[in-house]
Amino acid sequence: MNNLDQLVASAMADFAAATETAKLEDAKARYLGKDGMLTTLLKGLGKLPAEERKSAGAEINLAKGRIESALATRRDTLKNAQLEAQLATEALDVTLPGRGRPRGSLHPVIISLDRIEQLFRSIGFEVADGPEIETDWHNFTALNTPENHPARSMHDTFYLQGEDGKVQDDVLLRTHTSPVQIRSMLAHTERYKHLETMPELRVICPGRVYRVDSDATHSPMFHQVEGLWVGEHVSFADLKGVVADFLKRFFESDDLKVRFRPSFFPFTEPSAEIDVAFMSGSLEGRWLEIAGCGMVHPNVLRFGGFDREKYSGFAFGMGPDRLTMLRYGINDLRLFFEGDLRFLKQFH
Amino acid sequence: MAGLEVEEKELVAPEFSNVVVAQILSIEKHPNADKLNLCRVDAGRNSVEGDLNIVCGAPNVVVGMKVPCALVGADLPGIQIKKAKVRGIESFGMLCSARELGLSDDHGGLLALPEDAPVGRDIRDYLDLDDQLITLKLTPNRADCLSLTGIARELSALTGAPLELPKIDPVGAVISDQRQVLLDAPDACPRYCGRVVRGLDARAPTPEWIRRRIERSGVRSISALVDVTNYVMLELGQPLHAFDNTKLSGSIHVRYPVAGEKLLLLNEQTIEPEADTALIADDVRALAMAGVMGGEDSSITESTTDLFLEGAFFPPSVVAGKARSFGFSSDASHRYERGVDFELARSAIERATQLILDICGGEAGPIIEAVSSSHLPPRKPVRLRSGRAAKVLGIDLAADRIEVILNGLGLTVERLGDDFLVTPPSFRFDIEIEEDLIEEIARVHGYDNIPSPPPVAQMSMMPVTETARTAMALRRLVAERDYHEVVTFSFVEADWEADFAANSTPIALANPIASQIGVMRSSLIGGLVGTLIANRKRQAERVRVFELGRCFNRDAAAGPVEGFYQPVRLAGLASGPALPEQWGATAARVDFFDVKADVEALFAPRLLAFITAEHPSMHPGRCATVSLEGRSVGVIGELHPRWVQKYELGASPVVFELELADLLMTSVPSYTEVSRFPAVIRDLALVVPKSQTLEPLLAALRAASPVVVKDVALFDVYQGKGLAENEKSLAFRIVMQDTQRTLEDAEVEEVIAGLLAVAIQNFKASLRT
Repeated sequence: MNNLDQLVASAMADFAAATETAKLEDAKARYLGKDGMLTTLLKGLGKLPAEERKSAGAEINLAKGRIESALATRRDTLKNAQLEAQLATEALDVTLPGRGRPRGSLHPVIISLDRIEQLFRSIGFEVADGPEIETDWHNFTALNTPENHPARSMHDTFYLQGEDGKVQDDVLLRTHTSPVQIRSMLAHTERYKHLETMPELRVICPGRVYRVDSDATHSPMFHQVEGLWVGEHVSFADLKGVVADFLKRFFESDDLKVRFRPSFFPFTEPSAEIDVAFMSGSLEGRWLEIAGCGMVHPNVLRFGGFDREKYSGFAFGMGPDRLTMLRYGINDLRLFFEGDLRFLKQFH
Repeated sequence: MAGLEVEEKELVAPEFSNVVVAQILSIEKHPNADKLNLCRVDAGRNSVEGDLNIVCGAPNVVVGMKVPCALVGADLPGIQIKKAKVRGIESFGMLCSARELGLSDDHGGLLALPEDAPVGRDIRDYLDLDDQLITLKLTPNRADCLSLTGIARELSALTGAPLELPKIDPVGAVISDQRQVLLDAPDACPRYCGRVVRGLDARAPTPEWIRRRIERSGVRSISALVDVTNYVMLELGQPLHAFDNTKLSGSIHVRYPVAGEKLLLLNEQTIEPEADTALIADDVRALAMAGVMGGEDSSITESTTDLFLEGAFFPPSVVAGKARSFGFSSDASHRYERGVDFELARSAIERATQLILDICGGEAGPIIEAVSSSHLPPRKPVRLRSGRAAKVLGIDLAADRIEVILNGLGLTVERLGDDFLVTPPSFRFDIEIEEDLIEEIARVHGYDNIPSPPPVAQMSMMPVTETARTAMALRRLVAERDYHEVVTFSFVEADWEADFAANSTPIALANPIASQIGVMRSSLIGGLVGTLIANRKRQAERVRVFELGRCFNRDAAAGPVEGFYQPVRLAGLASGPALPEQWGATAARVDFFDVKADVEALFAPRLLAFITAEHPSMHPGRCATVSLEGRSVGVIGELHPRWVQKYELGASPVVFELELADLLMTSVPSYTEVSRFPAVIRDLALVVPKSQTLEPLLAALRAASPVVVKDVALFDVYQGKGLAENEKSLAFRIVMQDTQRTLEDAEVEEVIAGLLAVAIQNFKASLRT
C-alpha cells in the first residue's frame, strides 16, 4: 500500500470516528482543508519533475475523490442520525384524545320522521306542513266528524281562550295532522282545476298534534304522520301494499308481519287498523297496534275539491313516537319531551 | 278480524275441582278453640261414607245453610285439601268462601248458596263456572252489536251459521189500565211504547240465571225489576225504563224542558236541562232525561206494586253528548247515542213483561204505542255498483259473491244486473252511502283476502331546489356544531312568556292539562331555558340544546288560520364551558362570539349583519338583531342576569332564535374568475373611539373598495398600552388582486389611501403608528 492509500484509509477511519458534525468537519479540515494533508500534497506537485507530475497529480486527485465521497457519505449518516434523534424527542402520545368540540345529537323522533320522509319520497310522496292552531273546520268538519262527536269536546281537544276570556270554539290545537290533508287537497285541486284529469296527489304530513291526555303512555303533545294518495285508480289493495312495504322498510325487517283489521274513523271508509308483529326480539310474536288507515271518505274528497266519482284515495295516520319506541326499544314516551341530555345524546 | 275485536277472553272462575254443594246439619263448638266450630255436613256422599265432620272458622255458619264444600283431594287455587287435624279434631274437607274459590274478593264468610241448591252437585256445574267471558271492542258505528242478539246476527253473517233469535210471545192484557202517550216533541222521540203492570211483588229475588248473566256482562244486580230491564237490554239491545206507576199523574209526554225546569236523576244529580234536552214527563212534572237516565222521584222501590214500563226510540242526534255534558254516561245513553233498532221497542216490552210476570207476578195492561212515522229514521235504498266496489277495493269481485255477502248481513237487496239497491234494516245506522256497503263487503270478504301488490303510479321527478335546503339538513348542521336537539311542549308557563318573550298577553288554552302548561309559546327560548334548568338539576354543567318548532302569536292579519301568526323557528342555547373539559384547551365559558360563529355558520355562505339591539330577555349590552339582506331574521344574546338569578341558572347562557324560512333559503353559487396574478396584501390598523362598532366601519370600507380589492377583513382588536383610555385599534387585512395583470405599487397605495380617508372622514379614525 502506498502512502496515498494509507492516507485515504486514515481519512476514512477518522471520518468514521467522528460522531458529531463538528468533529467530522475537523477531520475534513485535516485532509481537505487549506493546510490539509491532501492539499499539501497537491501543492507539492510543483516541485516534482514535469514527467512525474501528471501521473502523481492524477493519483492524488483520485485519492481526494475517494476521501470526498467518504466524507459525503459520513455527513449523510450523521445528518440522518441527528434527524432521527430529534424526531425521537418529538414523538406524541397518539392515544391522547383529539382536541376541540364534539358533535351534538338529533332527537330520536326526528330521526324517525326523517326516515319516514325519505321512504315515502322514494315512491314519489311530497312532504307537506300545516298550522298547529287549526280551524275547527279543517280539523273536524272537513274530515266528516259529526257535530257532537266526543273528539270535539273539551275533554279531548284543546281549545283557546279568546281575547275576551271566553272559549274560542272555531279554532283549536289540531288533534291530528289530517287537516294538512285537507289543505293539500284544496291546494292541489285549485292548482289543477283547469285540467280534465288532475295529476295524482301523494303527500305525507308529519308534525306535532295535541290531545287532552297525560299519563305514562299518553302525552298532551305528540307526533303524527299522515299520508294521502288520491288518483283515478287508487284502491284499498294499494293502501295495503304501500303501508306494508313502508313498515317493513322502516323496521328493516322483511319478515315483519302486518295485518289489517276493520275499524271505524269518520274520515275513511272502509277503515282499518294496522297491527305489526316482529319475528324476533323482546316483542316477538305479539300483535302491536301501530296505525289507522282507510279509503278517503267521499265527503272528505268532496271537501278537498275532488270529484268523488272520478277519484279515489287512501289515507293513513301513524304515531312516529310509538314507531321510534319500538325501533330503539324505548319504554317511556315521556322521555321524548323531557330534554334529558343523558337520553338525547344516545341518538345521532 | 271482521270488525268485532276480541279484546279479552277469560274464564269466570279459576280452575279447581272436587267442590260440591253441601248442607250444614249441626254445629258444635270446637273444644280447643274459641273461634272454630265443628260442623256436621251433608255433602251428598253415599251412606257408606256418611256425613262429614269439618272444622270451620267462618262467622256466618248456621245450621241448614247450603255452602260450597271442598272435599278431601280437592285442588283449590293455591291449596290442596287433605284430611287434617285442626287443633286435635279431624276435619274431612273445607267449607269455602267466594274468595277461596277465586270467584270474588269477598272473604266475609262462607259463600251462602240458595236454599234449593242440590246437595252433592259439583259447584262448577251448579254455578256454571266453566263459562267464558269474551270482551269485545266495538267501533262506534256498530251499535247494532251492543246486544247478544246483534252479535249473534253478525256472527251468522260472517260464518254462515243459521241465526236463531229468541222467541217472544206477546203477553195478553188482563187489565185495562193504561196511560196515554203524547209525543209533544216527535223529532226527539218518534216512537214510544208504554205498559202498566199492576199487583207485582218488587221484593221477589232475581232468579240466579238472570243475576249471573247480567253480572258476568258487567251489570250490577239491583232488584228483580231493574235486573229484568237490564237483562232485556243486554239480550235485545233495547234500553227500557220502569217507573213506579203510582207516582205518575195523567199522561206521559215526551217534550223539551220549560224554562227553569229541574230534574233530580237516579244518580242523585240535579240537572237543569238545556233547551235541546228531551224529557219524559207526566202532566205535572218532568220524570226522566230521555234516553239517558230516569228520575229519582218516579223511580221504582222495594215497595212498588204497579209499574209503568217504557220502551222508546230516541234518535242519536237527540241523545248524543247530553249525558257527557253533565259529566256521566249510562248504558242507555251509550246505546241511543250510537243508534238503537227503532222497530224493537214493542217486542222488548213484551219480553220484559213476560219475565216480570214470571218473577214478580202481577197483571199486565195493554201496550200503548205512540209513533210519528215521519220522524223515524228514513231507510233510503243505497245503490251499490259491483264495478265500483271492485275498483275501490282493488280486487275482482263478482256480483254473485257480493249478493251473497249482502244477503248474509240481513240487508234487503234488490239486484239490478250487476248493481244492487240495498235497504238497510232498522238496526243499522251506518249504511247511508255506497262506500258503507263497500266496507261491509270488504269486511265480510276479509281484509286478509285483499292482496297487497306494490302499487302502480304515474312517475315524474320531484323538484330538487338548489336555493332551498331541508329542515333536516339544517338540523344536522346545528347538531354538527355540538347542539343537542330537544322537543319541548308548545304550551308553556305564562311566566316564561313574560320573562323570555316579553309577552304579557299570550294565547291561553281554555282547558290546559295543568296551569304550568297553560299558554302557547311565542318564543322557543322558554323551553330551552326549561331544558337547561332540568339538566342542571341532573348535574349537567355544559348544556347545548336546540329546538325547531312553531311559535304562536295573535295577529289579525296572519294566515292561513286567520288571526294567528304561527312561524317555525330554530332556537339554540349554550351554557357552561365553551369546550368540554379536555387536556389540550384552556377552559373558558361559552360567550357571545362562540355562539355568533354558530349562527354565522348556519347562514353561510350568506353574510349576516349583527345590529346592536335591546331585547327584554337579554343582557342590554350583549344582544343583537340578526340581519340578512337588510331584514331582521332573528336575535342573539346573553340571557339577562335578572332571569339568570330568578331561575338559578348559574351563569348567563347565550341564546339565539332564528326564522326557519330564512334559514332554509340559500344561494346558488355564482362563479367569479380566479386570478393567475399575485395578490397584494396590506394591513391597515386604525385607531377609533372605543364606542365605535365594527360593522358600520367595515361596511363603509367594503363599500369604498374598488374592484381590485378582493377582501377586507378584521384580524385584530387592541386596547391598552400605547392608546388612550377611550380608544381602540382595529386592524384590517386588505387583499388586492387583478385578473389581468400584476398590480403596481402606486395603485395599491392609492387604494389604501382611499380607504384610510373614508375611515378618517366618517369614523374619527386615525392611522395607528
